[in-house]
Amino acid sequence: MNLTAKIGLGIIGLMVLLAALSPVLASWDKVQRQELTSRLESPDSKHWMGRDQLGRDVMTRIIYGARVSMLVGLSVVSISATIGVMLGAMAGYKGGWTDRIVSNFLFNVFLSFPGILLAIAMVAFLGPSIKNLIIALSVIGWVGYARLMRAQVLKVREYDFVQAARALGANDLRILIRHILPNSIQPLIIQASLGMAGMILAEAGLSFLGLGVPEPIPSWGKMIDDSREFWFTAPHLFIFPGVMIALSVLAFNFLGDGLREMLDPKQRPR
Amino acid sequence: MRALLIALLRRLLMIVPVLWAVVTLVFLLIHLVPGDPARQLVGENATEEQVQKVRADLGLDKPLLTQYTDYWTGLFQGDWGENPVTRQGVFTRISSRYPATIKLTLASMLIAILISIPLGVTAATHRGTFIDGLSTFTALLGISLPSFALGPLLILIFSVELGIAPVSGGGGLANLILPSITLGAALSAILTRIVRSSVLEELGEDYVRTARAKGLLERTVVYKHVLKNGLIPVVTVLGLQFGVLLAGAIITERIFSWPGVGSLLVDSINERDYKLTQGCILVIAATYVLVNTATDIAYRFLDPRIKTD
Repeated sequence: MNLTAKIGLGIIGLMVLLAALSPVLASWDKVQRQELTSRLESPDSKHWMGRDQLGRDVMTRIIYGARVSMLVGLSVVSISATIGVMLGAMAGYKGGWTDRIVSNFLFNVFLSFPGILLAIAMVAFLGPSIKNLIIALSVIGWVGYARLMRAQVLKVREYDFVQAARALGANDLRILIRHILPNSIQPLIIQASLGMAGMILAEAGLSFLGLGVPEPIPSWGKMIDDSREFWFTAPHLFIFPGVMIALSVLAFNFLGDGLREMLDPKQRPR
Repeated sequence: MRALLIALLRRLLMIVPVLWAVVTLVFLLIHLVPGDPARQLVGENATEEQVQKVRADLGLDKPLLTQYTDYWTGLFQGDWGENPVTRQGVFTRISSRYPATIKLTLASMLIAILISIPLGVTAATHRGTFIDGLSTFTALLGISLPSFALGPLLILIFSVELGIAPVSGGGGLANLILPSITLGAALSAILTRIVRSSVLEELGEDYVRTARAKGLLERTVVYKHVLKNGLIPVVTVLGLQFGVLLAGAIITERIFSWPGVGSLLVDSINERDYKLTQGCILVIAATYVLVNTATDIAYRFLDPRIKTD
């Protein structure tokens, strides 16, 4: 694993730890506690990231924001990868009408929308909530995995060991799960890592537009939007959440790029 | 030539089912609303008569198929519906905002091209050096930094601290600078990586060796020969990214209070003006489909090696 991938993995580890340990690091009560007399206070030794427009501790909200980012990112990637792998594998393995419906029709329809627009549209009409956010982002996320899986299956199904398994009498499901999937998993892992970066960004973007997680749950994107009137008098209100989003996205991009380089020798620098 | 024309015609015909699917999806959106959209629009305190009236205005009292055919008829006649409360027409509101969004999108595309080509070429010609590493890192940073953090940062530095660029809110060319940099930053990053890998690939080709053997300056080899071929994938990505920029403009317009379709979309969502939301989504999606098709066609003309079948 190269250095950037290791750095990425390190940052991701810290983020996951932050998300998992948030109730231990700060109480939920502190997330909501307003002290209007101390509003917009700059960072100091007591409040390392300052206070927001309602006098709440920014650092506590950042810590709890990590939970939302990781929860939404992981859920969306798991759901969309599962759906995508199943549909892509089916289309690639079965071929014929199944393939035509999935790759010619479904792929075209979903790719004819800019993904984030479809997510905005869905949340706008379904209403903002973490559940709807995960649904909307999964609806736009599965296509990438499905296309990748279909391409992998088309390649792997022609290999000798698959033919041998078929000759030995293995059924389709066994061939797919035991032989094709393990040999197609590498690019999927890379896609999942880059997908996490995209979904963290999408969650923050939707929350910035007021279409993400509802109050009182803190989200990094929403923290930036909530403080828009104070961006120039109290820049710490957008800088800290912005840095956290950028760091998380950068870490997953680093990891994805590093994994690609590690797993695909053609990508290695000469 | 005939084969090319048939291929083009076939590609143009492919727009029809895609646009149909887009319109149908947009039409169905209103039926995703949990509960009664009319009730949501007028609020919990409205009387049943008021709700019924809004429901009739939105056409929701008719059978689904009739609503669908009415929706299509309305689209063709420029009657995209109106706000049941304010009576403002959807088509008029969107068409007054559309040019601003296109202006912002094109400007950010231009910024992205101006940044990415020299950066990508320099990274490729200095492969493995510090400059290459720096350009890759800058590109990754550009992809990772969200526009809603970059935008306020740019305003803080260039408008508030240095006072050399206006905060925006629409208007002249100067107001376009910060929003287009904000919107174009991620695309610059993506393009830089594509230009880099594309130029790297071309640098290994035989014609480059020939050009060098002729004694041409390295600068001429790179910018006159390599770049010409290396830019083909860039054109495709540019076309595909136009749609991403259009969608990204929704956030950028909100940051800078830019008077485009994106900010209108967010307003319509906040006001629960469903018809306007549908209209904005339809316009952005349709533009995306048309630009993608145009890119595909342009790509065929640019690179004759692409099969016409």
